[in-house]
Amino acid sequence: MTRFLCKRLIMMMVTMLCASFLVFAVCEFSPGSVARKSLGPFATQQQVDLLSKKLRATDPLPVRYSRWLGVLLGLIPDPLQAPDSGLNFNDPRGAQYFGNFGYSTLNKLPVNDVIWNRLKNTAVLAGLAFALIVPLSIIFGILSGLKEGGALDRFLSVICITFTSIPEFASGVFLVTLFVILWPLLPGTSQLDPGSGWSIPSQLVLPVAVLVIYDFGYVARMIRVSMIGVMERPFIRTAVLKGMNTRQVIFGHALRNAMIAPFTVLLLQINFLVSGVVVTELVFAYPGFGRLLLDASLFGDIATLEAATLVTVAIAVTTQLVGDLGYMLLDPRIRVK
Amino acid sequence: MNMEVRNAQRPASQLDLSNGIPCTAQEPLLQIHDLRIEFRGKDETVVAVPGLSLDVMRGESYGLVGESGCGKSTTAMAILGYLGRTGAVTNGSIRFDGEELVGASPRQLRKVRGRRIAMVYQDPMSALNPVRTIGAQLAEVPRIHLGTGRAQALEMARAMLRDVRLPDAGDMLKRYPHQLSGGQQQRVVIAMALLARPSLLLLDEPTTGLDVTVEAAVLDLIAELRHRYQTSLLFISHNLGLIAESCDRLGIMYSGELVEEGATGEIFRRPRHPYTQGLIACIPDVDSDKHSRSLAAIPGHIPLPQERPQGCLFGPRCDGFVAGSCDRVDLKPDEVEPGHQVKCARWRDFSRREEAAVVVPDGDRDAGDAICLTNVTKLYGTSRGRSLKANEAVTFSVKEAEIVALVGESGCGKSTLARIVTGLDQATSGQIRLADRNIAELQARARPKKLLQSVQMIFQNPDSTLNPSHSAAFSIRRSLIKFGIRKGKAAVDRRVRELLEMVRLNPDLAERKPEQLSGGQKQRIAIARAFAADPSLIVADEPVSALDVSVQAAVVTLLLDIQRANKTTMLFISHDLALVRHVADKVVVMYLGKVMEQGTVAEIFGGAAHPYTQALLSSIRSTDPDRSKAAHIQLRGEMPSPVDVPRGCRFATRCHRKLGICEQEAPPLRRLSSSHEILCHIDPTAGQTVSDGATRSADITREPAND
Ligand SMILES: Nc1ncnc2c1ncn2[C@@H]1O[C@H](COP(=O)(O)OP(=O)(O)O)[C@@H](O)[C@H]1O
Ligand code: SF4
Ligand code: SF4
Ligand SMILES: [Mg+2]
Repeated sequence: MTRFLCKRLIMMMVTMLCASFLVFAVCEFSPGSVARKSLGPFATQQQVDLLSKKLRATDPLPVRYSRWLGVLLGLIPDPLQAPDSGLNFNDPRGAQYFGNFGYSTLNKLPVNDVIWNRLKNTAVLAGLAFALIVPLSIIFGILSGLKEGGALDRFLSVICITFTSIPEFASGVFLVTLFVILWPLLPGTSQLDPGSGWSIPSQLVLPVAVLVIYDFGYVARMIRVSMIGVMERPFIRTAVLKGMNTRQVIFGHALRNAMIAPFTVLLLQINFLVSGVVVTELVFAYPGFGRLLLDASLFGDIATLEAATLVTVAIAVTTQLVGDLGYMLLDPRIRVK
Repeated sequence: MNMEVRNAQRPASQLDLSNGIPCTAQEPLLQIHDLRIEFRGKDETVVAVPGLSLDVMRGESYGLVGESGCGKSTTAMAILGYLGRTGAVTNGSIRFDGEELVGASPRQLRKVRGRRIAMVYQDPMSALNPVRTIGAQLAEVPRIHLGTGRAQALEMARAMLRDVRLPDAGDMLKRYPHQLSGGQQQRVVIAMALLARPSLLLLDEPTTGLDVTVEAAVLDLIAELRHRYQTSLLFISHNLGLIAESCDRLGIMYSGELVEEGATGEIFRRPRHPYTQGLIACIPDVDSDKHSRSLAAIPGHIPLPQERPQGCLFGPRCDGFVAGSCDRVDLKPDEVEPGHQVKCARWRDFSRREEAAVVVPDGDRDAGDAICLTNVTKLYGTSRGRSLKANEAVTFSVKEAEIVALVGESGCGKSTLARIVTGLDQATSGQIRLADRNIAELQARARPKKLLQSVQMIFQNPDSTLNPSHSAAFSIRRSLIKFGIRKGKAAVDRRVRELLEMVRLNPDLAERKPEQLSGGQKQRIAIARAFAADPSLIVADEPVSALDVSVQAAVVTLLLDIQRANKTTMLFISHDLALVRHVADKVVVMYLGKVMEQGTVAEIFGGAAHPYTQALLSSIRSTDPDRSKAAHIQLRGEMPSPVDVPRGCRFATRCHRKLGICEQEAPPLRRLSSSHEILCHIDPTAGQTVSDGATRSADITREPAND
């Protein structure tokens, strides 16, 4: 088991390195140099050239990537913060420390001051949504998979399919019209600003609702398919012919087997909820991680983008590890010694 | 302690029996009357069982026999009210212990299922929940039905596991189904069925798919437990030979109805229905080899429910069919004598037909060796640098036009050897001489065309040779063209037709896709394909074990005929010893990759000298009801892993005649005659005679042992 975990941890590190390198390479193609972005549109070409030289921005890609890695690991100071750059970039943590993601050229702030707050906001949103998606999709999936083609299955399937196929912005606009304009119970934007007159929980209701509506139907469909398959397996017949009632058969024999296949899908929703909910964040002006990622990539803010990528990839590989461990827990056949 | 637990919750059924035998003896425990079962599809309704009546008495073991698809499982499921959403009982009644089960409420059914009627399934692996421990799955039964607490339920499960003779019951409770062997899984399913002390046990092909030795042990166990718990059995099987010994009465089922019913001995001694006679003739008998009798086959196949003929359902396959009497719609069962019913218009006209004693002239016994294996060893590397010995120093030879059977439990290395001979795999060392070449380490792609052509293989599962997207004849044609057996389209087509005729297939089937053919038809195509190459050696790996018995007989007879006509040498791999006796000239018995004994059919079946062979032979069910009470040697435990081959004699862990030296030293090879040799420390020629040595051993368990 320890060996398995060590192997997986190493794999995770390698994945993160590859991903960060890829992002670095792709940013090469975004228009505008680091120097130009740092100095802003009003700097002269001369100033830009000077800074480029100081930053040694013409070095080959691998060299610059290693330098970035060095800064991150705290091996070398961040060149952008060097006093002679004339940028006046200043991280209160210092220029050289472990976990230094550099300076955000977009926000003109240390990246570490930008991302963690955003990540926390997103975690709240994603956590609440996930906490609702899991039980809802399991209930819907199990109930409709119990009797394929039955009345209940058809009814629940219609709900799931409709909800999943409504785009996030549409349901967002719809809910806003309903609960903000026609029946003003909730705020229309969720900037998480306590001074807006709306409590923080009330600001979270609509974004969470939009996410749940968009996502749970899809997962429920996955669980349904798996449940249908499981209900046809002979061991379910064994359970029924033991004299168990439907409830005992579901909870005693069907549920755990039916969750094995959709388990990964369920965990993948965490990744989606962390980085893929830009639309919802835009609709509600929610200060989340997805918007940060979007803005950074539009601007070509390499430092923020790299940091955000690393965080996203870290979450992805961690959920995968959790997925594999959960898999083993659910299915004794694939347990490693 | 165990007995207390058992007695404490021993339910009423036990008491019923002890004080109720005189008055309830006449009333059957299970009474099926005029049962009609239909499956409603989207556009048609299938009548799986049109009208079935049978009774199972208290304490009786009733065998329901018939080819697959005749409605046996459907009947069992109907008894338990479990026909799925499409199935329904549309007529008749099923009375169990005085209670009507047709139309019973779900609540009523739940009280019967698992409690008063329990079931043992064909495929134990899939019948058990893969993600829950054995203990949890067993403990459920007393918890649901007897309201037992968790700890006590587990204690009962443990006691029951001991009763089904599973080693280390405590540890077993914590294991998962995939960690057990097939035989152990079936014991678990049996334990599960018996936990609530049901009065009726439904066994649906409980040993199909298990090795012979395991099968024998499971059948012994069922017989023993049945007496101990006084359970009635409804024993379902397609194999008449198999259940002859276990059942008091038999019902022969054909296309959803009983065609004959009677006491087991009576059915075997005086079968009246042509179908029953055919089934009996299909059973390869251990007492006769191929030189004295040929297997009779029942031609044709069971009609689909939609295409049942009028009158006698067996009519289209019956030689005795006479229009006017056999196709009368009002055909009724007739009483041959009290307790023996037959549904045939003409049973009085024929008594049992003697099978033609086909005497096959002995082949040329002085023929040279066609293939000769010397010290063939095959190692597979496993993780952590250990090696798995699939074959070790296997030595034997096959003469031209001879059939040598390789027998042994699954996992003993038979198929590996077959793959090496055919070049699908490569030996690690040793020699295989075929046509003056050593082919032991020559894989198929390195073999010249001539060699490839001369060795052909027939697999257990014909699907592995037939391409599902091409017609059946395609593979035959391809073989002809690839090896240049015939040139030109016309010549090839003619030969394909000849080959199809040779395997007695209607040439119209040639253009069908494999999925439109039955298992037997596909295997015939596979045989035609193998013989299309004009091979000198055929390797047949369990060629008929996936087929129904009645089809098996036909395919084996066919294979033997073609082999004899073409003078082909054959390596016949099988775990079915009765069949081997019928087919082979010579037998090679393997255990854990090594040859334990080899000899002619007469030597092996007449006087097997090796303890392992003796155990294998004693596990064969006899079809002769008068002989069936002989002692069985039960092999203890499981075959060890081929990674950890026991030192000394590899059979020592399970041997019933083990000597002190056996676990220390490898046994010597003893030659008993020019063709007979064994690998054992016991010298059969010295001291005591071994002709019937089995019965003397202390470790033999006799049937219904101590109760
Ligand atoms: N769910 C079903 N739907 C339609 N036909 C079925 C169904 N189950 C069984 N049958 C049909 O009923 C007949 C009897 O099948 P079965 O009871 O499985 O036979 P056996 O157990 O003797 O092999 C077969 O013709 C089979 O095709
Ligand atoms: S009734 Fe006629 S067709 Fe049917 S089994 Fe008897 S003899 Fe054959
Ligand atoms: S050598 Fe010993 S253990 Fe092996 S088969 Fe012979 S008697 Fe049994
Ligand atoms: Mg069946």
